[in-house]
Amino acid sequence: MSSNGSVSKNTETVKRGLAQMLKGGVIMDVVTAEQARIAEDAGAAAVMALERVPADIRAEGGVARMADPEKILEIQAAVTIPVMAKCRIGHFVEAEVLQSLGVDYIDESEVLTPADEEHHVAKSGFDVPFVCGCRNLGEALRRIGEGAAMIRTKGEAGTGDVVEAVRHMRRVMSELRQIQHMRPDELYAYAKDIQAPLHLVQEAAELGRMPVVNFAAGGIATPADAALMMRLGCDGNFVGSGIFKSGDPAQRARAIVEATTNFEDSALVAEVSRNLGEPMVGIANSSLQPEEMLAGRGW
Amino acid sequence: MSVRIGVLALQGDFAEHGAMLGRLDAEPVEVRQTSDMDGIAGLIIPGGESTTIGKLMERYGFREPIRDLAQSGKPIWGTCAGLILMARDVGRCQPLLNLLDITVERNAFGRQTDSFETDLEIEGISGGPFPAVFIRAPVVRDVGPGVQVLSRLEDGTIVAVRRGRLFGTAFHPELTGDTRLHASFVEMARQA
Repeated sequence: MSSNGSVSKNTETVKRGLAQMLKGGVIMDVVTAEQARIAEDAGAAAVMALERVPADIRAEGGVARMADPEKILEIQAAVTIPVMAKCRIGHFVEAEVLQSLGVDYIDESEVLTPADEEHHVAKSGFDVPFVCGCRNLGEALRRIGEGAAMIRTKGEAGTGDVVEAVRHMRRVMSELRQIQHMRPDELYAYAKDIQAPLHLVQEAAELGRMPVVNFAAGGIATPADAALMMRLGCDGNFVGSGIFKSGDPAQRARAIVEATTNFEDSALVAEVSRNLGEPMVGIANSSLQPEEMLAGRGW
Repeated sequence: MSVRIGVLALQGDFAEHGAMLGRLDAEPVEVRQTSDMDGIAGLIIPGGESTTIGKLMERYGFREPIRDLAQSGKPIWGTCAGLILMARDVGRCQPLLNLLDITVERNAFGRQTDSFETDLEIEGISGGPFPAVFIRAPVVRDVGPGVQVLSRLEDGTIVAVRRGRLFGTAFHPELTGDTRLHASFVEMARQA
């Protein structure tokens, strides 16, 4: 009754494994320790520590950067659930700073202003795992090739309009279904077409799913939105502005958690949706100018 | 005959447990409501976030039905968050099942970058060391009378325990390709 003592840290199994523990759960954007406690009390599986939620980034404009380390430390001290934080696309020094703070996951996020218009962070070299956004399978597999241990849809953050998250999740799931029925020789041409690493296209075809955990994000504002994304095949939900920009954040957070667990039970989704108060105001995606869309960031 | 094993599916890696059971002679049943527990021969409480699962367990009234299942002699196995939920004491206020007389420390190794893999000898599991994946893992700090220690890390830290047909592991066999622990649980459920 003893172990042989040999210990391996930061393996792919361990990095991807934490995302597997978050499945069926809701990861909530928070900007203060108080909000983090409300999120944890409501049943959040993790929190994303931010300086500003996407709706405020959108409203206030300017350059959006990694949060103040002091804010992240406060939030880490306030909760026992995993704490994630965002770095700018390609900003590997922000990523190193977040790693040194001991965050549990880094989101290399299009919600912040990109720091590099060509390269993403080389994520495999980090000890901490990364989550990245995608609009389609090729983008997801490129990020996994760079070392992402978890994928989410980009959606259109800070709008409260779920249409882009739906578009991205439908696209990814449809592409995953297509490759399962391709002949091995067709996968070579397909990998080239979608600009994805061949071995990851082959792996996804073999598995019949994304090789890592795949969450929905961007515009989820109601329990029904959360259940919709689960029905489309995602593994869990990120909810950004939708909770703390609403009338009763604690109650809405609990309701979105319950709808994510019981996504097939419409009566329960109805029950938790009653008297939730004002949802976040929202901006219809169709009213956004192309340059106002965040999902186009990332390459 | 294939035996029905419930996997508590409120949050966490219940699908991974289901896949392991599917490789054995067992029928996994995702348990989201207490009525889903009808006819199960054993229950697995998966990895995930123990605060999330605990709150939902309380919200949907799972505490008594799960304690009744244990009382009736059916096996129950908690992995990581599941181990935490089966404990008597975790040093903070959160919903617990209090099925095992153990004191558990959550996130005992630190943050995610301290998560690790190692090989463990586990009492009752033959065929060599077991691949163990520890993710923001808890450890058992103290065991009460009658609780048997099944495995320790090299420094003596307790990471697997048993009392009768109740099991807790701080690690995640469901994230490995090794079905030995699941097979032994299914066998126990079949006999119970």
